Amino acid sequence: MRLSILLSAFALGVAAPAIAADWPQFRGPESTAVAPDGQIPAEPKIGWSVSLPGRGLSSPIVVGQKIFLTCASGPEQERLHLFCLEAASGRQFWERQLQATGRTMTQPKNSVASCTPCSDGQRIFALWSSNDLAAFDLDGNLLWLRGLTADYPNASNSLGMASSPVVIGDTLVVMIENDSESYALGIDVKSGGNLWKLDRPKAANWTSPLPWRANGHASPAALLQSSKGLLAVDVASGSRLWEYTEGASTMSSSVVADGVVYASSNGVTALLPGSTDPSPRQLWRSKQINPATISPVVLGDRIYSLNGAGVISAAETRTGDIKWKLRVTGPFSGSPVAAGVRLLVVNEKGLVQVVDTTAPEGAITGKLQLPLKENSKELILCTPAISGTHVFVRTDSTLWELGG
Amino acid sequence: MKLRLLSVVLAGFGLVPLHGALDQSLQVLAAVGREGQGNEAAGAAWKEVVTSGPACLPALLAATGKGSPVADNWLRVAGETIVGNARQQGQAVPVAEMEAFLKDTARAPAARRLAFDLLKEADPARAEAVVPSLAHDPVQELRRGAVQQLIDAAQSIQGDPARAAFLKALDVVRDEDQTRLIAGALRNLGVPVDLPRHFGFLREWQIIGPFDNAGRQGFETVFPPEKEIQLAATYPGKDGPVKWQPAASQDEYGKFDFNKPLGMLKEVTAYAVTTFDAPEECEAELRLGCKNAWKIWLNGQFLFGRDEYHRGQKLDQYKLKCRLHKGPNTILVKCCQNEQKELWTVEWEFQLRVCDGAGTAILAAATPAP
Repeated sequence: MRLSILLSAFALGVAAPAIAADWPQFRGPESTAVAPDGQIPAEPKIGWSVSLPGRGLSSPIVVGQKIFLTCASGPEQERLHLFCLEAASGRQFWERQLQATGRTMTQPKNSVASCTPCSDGQRIFALWSSNDLAAFDLDGNLLWLRGLTADYPNASNSLGMASSPVVIGDTLVVMIENDSESYALGIDVKSGGNLWKLDRPKAANWTSPLPWRANGHASPAALLQSSKGLLAVDVASGSRLWEYTEGASTMSSSVVADGVVYASSNGVTALLPGSTDPSPRQLWRSKQINPATISPVVLGDRIYSLNGAGVISAAETRTGDIKWKLRVTGPFSGSPVAAGVRLLVVNEKGLVQVVDTTAPEGAITGKLQLPLKENSKELILCTPAISGTHVFVRTDSTLWELGG
Repeated sequence: MKLRLLSVVLAGFGLVPLHGALDQSLQVLAAVGREGQGNEAAGAAWKEVVTSGPACLPALLAATGKGSPVADNWLRVAGETIVGNARQQGQAVPVAEMEAFLKDTARAPAARRLAFDLLKEADPARAEAVVPSLAHDPVQELRRGAVQQLIDAAQSIQGDPARAAFLKALDVVRDEDQTRLIAGALRNLGVPVDLPRHFGFLREWQIIGPFDNAGRQGFETVFPPEKEIQLAATYPGKDGPVKWQPAASQDEYGKFDFNKPLGMLKEVTAYAVTTFDAPEECEAELRLGCKNAWKIWLNGQFLFGRDEYHRGQKLDQYKLKCRLHKGPNTILVKCCQNEQKELWTVEWEFQLRVCDGAGTAILAAATPAP
């Protein structure tokens, strides 16, 4: 099915602005959910929208002037799509389709297109819940393919997988963690072959690997989160660097800022790994900052966590002390993103809310209700992407660009 | 990789070398194996195939279905890229040959599915015209559109003509959602529907248990039924001696619930065995739905097992390819219940059916006529 472009009247009436800041993976640069050079509009408006031929809760990513987005169609969500669109207009550059080679069963709210693609700037790596993993160049040429359920037949989760891969150095890190055949892979970005394979805890896990390095001169590493805790591995060799074993969420991913790991563990636990220590030093722990299924964001000297009741807690990164709380309208599945001094959250019902973090108690500066399709009861389940002053968010049927 | 070396590699995959650079490139794609084997060569071959344009589509289809499902995806992406490029550039696509390929049911199922998808992309009207002829297709996925047309037609009429139309649809439907819809419509029209027969569920079992599954160790523990099937035997179980007993499912979707004969137990393992009298030797699929840890053996040969608990169950959740002997075939199912106490972890059950690759029930030789 061809993706039909539904340009809004706004987009038709003005020249398409340039978009240049990359959002290369789930939760953006360094998986922080922060666009360093971005700016969230105080009062976002819909720029353009495109309709999608299949379901998905993966986030769009942005590389240069292009957006990449996955979805899955067909009665069993067995048809896997990867789209490349022009970021400024939503115009389609190319589409590629695969047939799922692994299991496509998910719980109804989940989707086979649940994993966000990632990019190293030259290649796009797309993973689906069926464990099909594909690498394309930016022009849509297929570089390599893996069927990770074909390779490892008991690797699947009947609720659906959702961990998003990340490129660190020349290694694509993939977590295929589930109750049965559970593992993480370091894959050569050029050949698609395994650099290493680690057995992982036999437990369902929807968190995503994070990039980390001890210092500017250290080898790049990946943090693998699970119910057991956090494991740091050298991405080139897969060797273990350090481990935190006090448990962690299997849904809310941790975040790294200024060398500190804010782990989704026992609420939030701030950890300072050393370059050679076998386990990180705990700086603080706060059970009052409970991210539940949502991943936290660090912006400046504050960590922001959105809980299941729709309350944003702003806490000091140095101590974990909560400075203010702000209620926003939920419920939420997607996590907050940030740029400048603003947070942006989108609830399941399509209500976009912009929060000014500099207001004494935090303040909602703008709201926008996205026109979700009522007949299909579709929800916003994804975490948005930011590029420049543009925000991208999707449902099962539509990708929207929001601007100022 | 040098072409000469490639030939050696391809020979290793049992593929017959073809002539010409294009055929060699197609074979490289078809030879992609596990854990990324062949990927590097395939990247270059993929570009060569795409560059060769629409004329290569018949050969591309012929190469599909001869390697792994991952290899088929290499070919699929190449085929769809070629058709997409051809559309953009106004090039002709060999739709007649693709249609002929689609209609040749001797071709590999994956190749015929691709042929239909490419035809739909290249010439939607031509593909749509083919759809009604696919109602009896041996590829389950290809039937769906034709079945939907039959459903739509049946829903547009009333009374006896509607009954006849829905019965016609029931005869060819294989997907669960469409079957439910048709069965519901027929029952509303006063027509009985035998869903266990339609799907080929196995509902008559001999069961034994409980054996232990403390700490989820029972999944890998070899209990006596895995060593022998002696229906008169007694073995030590979790809470005392256990022996085989007959049990049957009354569920029309074939779910066999161990909780009924054995009690609402936790951290336990049980087995169910049945004899399936195949009318002839044939390729078949055992299709299982189960949210407990399970293992299956056919005639003493282990087919597959999975130690996942309470993440979900659905019809045809697992499709296990196998070969049935003519006559009695012994099917043994191991089903483990874990320690979880939540309400949604009560189920200790499975549903199993015997069918062909299209999902058409294979009925036991002694099955009475409807």
